[in-house]
Parts: sequence; structure tokens; C-alpha cells
Amino acid sequence: MEQYISLAVKAIFVENMALAFFLGMCTFLAISKKVQTAIGLGVAVVVVLVITVPVNNLIFNYLLREGALAWAGYPDVDLSFLGYISYIGVIAAIVQILEMFLDKFVPALYNALGVFLPLITVNCAIMGAALFMVERDYTFGESVVYGAGAGLGWAFAITALAGIREKLKYSDVPEGLRGLGITFITVGLMSLGFMSFSGVQL
Amino acid sequence: MSQTKDVLTTPILKNNPIALQILGICSALAVTSNLATAFVMSLAVITVTAFSNFFVSLIRNHIPGNIRIIVQMTIIASLVIVVDQFLKAFAYEISKQLSVFVGLIITNCIVMGRAEAFAMKNPPIPSFFDGVGNGLGYALVLMFVGFIRELFGSGSLFGIEILPLINNGGWYQGNGLLLLPPSAFFIIGLFIWGLRALRKEQVEKPEYVMAPNSKKGAA
Repeated sequence: MEQYISLAVKAIFVENMALAFFLGMCTFLAISKKVQTAIGLGVAVVVVLVITVPVNNLIFNYLLREGALAWAGYPDVDLSFLGYISYIGVIAAIVQILEMFLDKFVPALYNALGVFLPLITVNCAIMGAALFMVERDYTFGESVVYGAGAGLGWAFAITALAGIREKLKYSDVPEGLRGLGITFITVGLMSLGFMSFSGVQL
Repeated sequence: MSQTKDVLTTPILKNNPIALQILGICSALAVTSNLATAFVMSLAVITVTAFSNFFVSLIRNHIPGNIRIIVQMTIIASLVIVVDQFLKAFAYEISKQLSVFVGLIITNCIVMGRAEAFAMKNPPIPSFFDGVGNGLGYALVLMFVGFIRELFGSGSLFGIEILPLINNGGWYQGNGLLLLPPSAFFIIGLFIWGLRALRKEQVEKPEYVMAPNSKKGAA
């Protein structure tokens, strides 16, 4: 149990997807002008990560990894080079299914998240989490916790940035720095703040 | 011919993918703490963008509209697998340092964005050059950031010592902040500022304009 808690804290704060690894930056910068939409997108990312990371974990462990096909009678096959294409396929498919499922059964949530779901396929945070999961060799249980933690961390970061940007638009920023430039510098300062978590020993 | 040149050179400064189109920032930040990785990453992205544009454009008239994203993804992912296997075979050390970021080229919005915005509407050859151009625009920012971070952060370029560090008996005190991730944000932010100071037309409109002080001098 303890290891799961420490993994979750690590994924949310110490190794924050957005602020420590810069994943999902494109959407992070583009869709953070309003707190409301930022929260919507954050929730969508959490949902997708909680589903895709464990599914990719199963695919890696039972289909792709060296010797993983032993159950099918092919103990020497190593398909790990097919990793990228399978992960992105899984992500794209799950996002699509999730969209149709929500549309049919939970229309309220669909209306809230609808616009963001297609965007999530190309969000590097989703793909990044899958790749980190493979690189660090998480077990199935760990991958669920990691998916949730990484998603929550990303959602926190984008909500915080949106909060800052909502206030920032009233300030008098130098001409060339307006918009994207000052956003970069803000994110840099936030990331500097988040670095203080790296001293936390778990 | 001049059109090809235009397609190739506009994305470098005039319509830079990172500074203006806000594409592909994820990897721009994480791999720039030294020049060697930034350089390899740039080459990988140029290759993938150019060829994915080329192939997407080749089959653009045969892709049904509603599954085009998945078709583009498949092409891009296959290309990235080729690049990744190539790096693992010939530059193993660097591929270890780039870790997940080679795989993340798949979700790099530059590749996807150009396939969608340019290659779907144009013939293969211009698409190829558009890919190279956007790759170069990306490379320019990456190399710029990598150059500053490595030179002032650890006093070297491509691992060769330029400014002798105090630890090694020299005079230069390395700036540790530049080796930490947040510095990349500051450098790109300042880069954008510099670019927009030179090219005024890229300045964004303010969302909120303060009402002019009408009673100036009257108080």
C-alpha cells in the first residue's frame, strides 16, 4: 500500500507531467485561458490516462515484451519494436470509444468534455505516460496508480496556469512578450516552484 | 522553384512552428540541456516531418475523411519506429539520453499539424519541402536553446569545453539554473520576445485594453 501512495505523490508533484517533463505542452499553453475549460480538459486527461496506461501495460506485458507470447507458443518472439504504433493505436481507439460511450450514456459529461476528447489523442502527456510506464517497468497495479497520479498532476498544473492567466490579462505586458511569451515565462516560474518538491524524500 | 524556396524558408523565421504556431513544444524543452541531444532530436524531427508529409500527401486523395487522423498516425508512428531503431543501432548512448522523447515525436504536434494543414492539400514534393522547412524552424529554436543552456550551464559545446570551469581549474562558474528544466521556458519566452521585437506583425493583440486615463492632467 505504502509504495502506491508514494508512487502517486511522486507522479503528482515530484515528476509532474507538465512542469517537470513538459509533456502535453501544446494543449497546456493553448487551452489555459479560462479556468473553466482548463478544469474540463484536466478531468478528460485524468479519465483517459486512468484507462489507457493500464491497458497499454497489459498489451506490453502479454503481447509485446520479449518472451511475452509464450502463452501462445512463441517463447522467442520479441515484438517490443512495435510498441509505439500499438500504444498510439490503443490511445486513439480508447479515446474514440470513450467519446461514443459518453455520448450515449452520460450526455452531461459528454457535453462538458466533448470538444477536448479528440485533442487528447495527440496530447503528449498520454503517450508520455504510456512510454514512462514501459521504461520503468510498472506492474499492473502500479500502472493504474501512475496513470491517475500523472493525470491529476497535469490537471492541477493546467488549472493553476489558467488561474494565473485569467489575472494576467489585466496586466501591462511589454509588446513583444504579450500572449505566448509571457505565458512561457509564467510556466517557467511555476516549474521552478514545483522543483521544490524534488527534495521530498518518500 | 521560387515557390519551393518559399515553402522551405517561411517556417524558419516568418512562421516558426514553435514561436508562432505553438506546435511541438513538449520535446523542445526537455531535450535541450545539451547540444548533442538537441541536434539529434532536430535531425529526427526533420526526417519524420518531411517523410510523413510526403507519404500523407501521396495518398491524400485516397484517405476517407473521417479516418484520416488514424491513417496519418499510422504513417507517423511507422516512421518514428524506423528512426528509433536507427538511433538504437547507430547512436545508442544518445538514444538512451533521449529516452521517451523519440517516441513522443509521434505526438509532436508539428508532424501532425503539418500533415493535416499542408500535406492533405498539396502535392508530394512541396509537402516534402514544407516538412523540411518546419523541421528546420523547430531545429533552429532547439539548437538556440541547447546552445545557451550548454554553453552557460556547463561551459561546453557538444561536450567540448569552451569556458573552463572552476572545478577543473578554470575561471568560469557554471550557471546551474540553466541545466534545470525551467530555464528552457525562460529562454524560449525571451526568444519569442526577441523574434517579435524584430517582426512586429507577430505581436499578439491584447485581450483587454485599459481605458485611457481621460482626466490626465486635470487632477
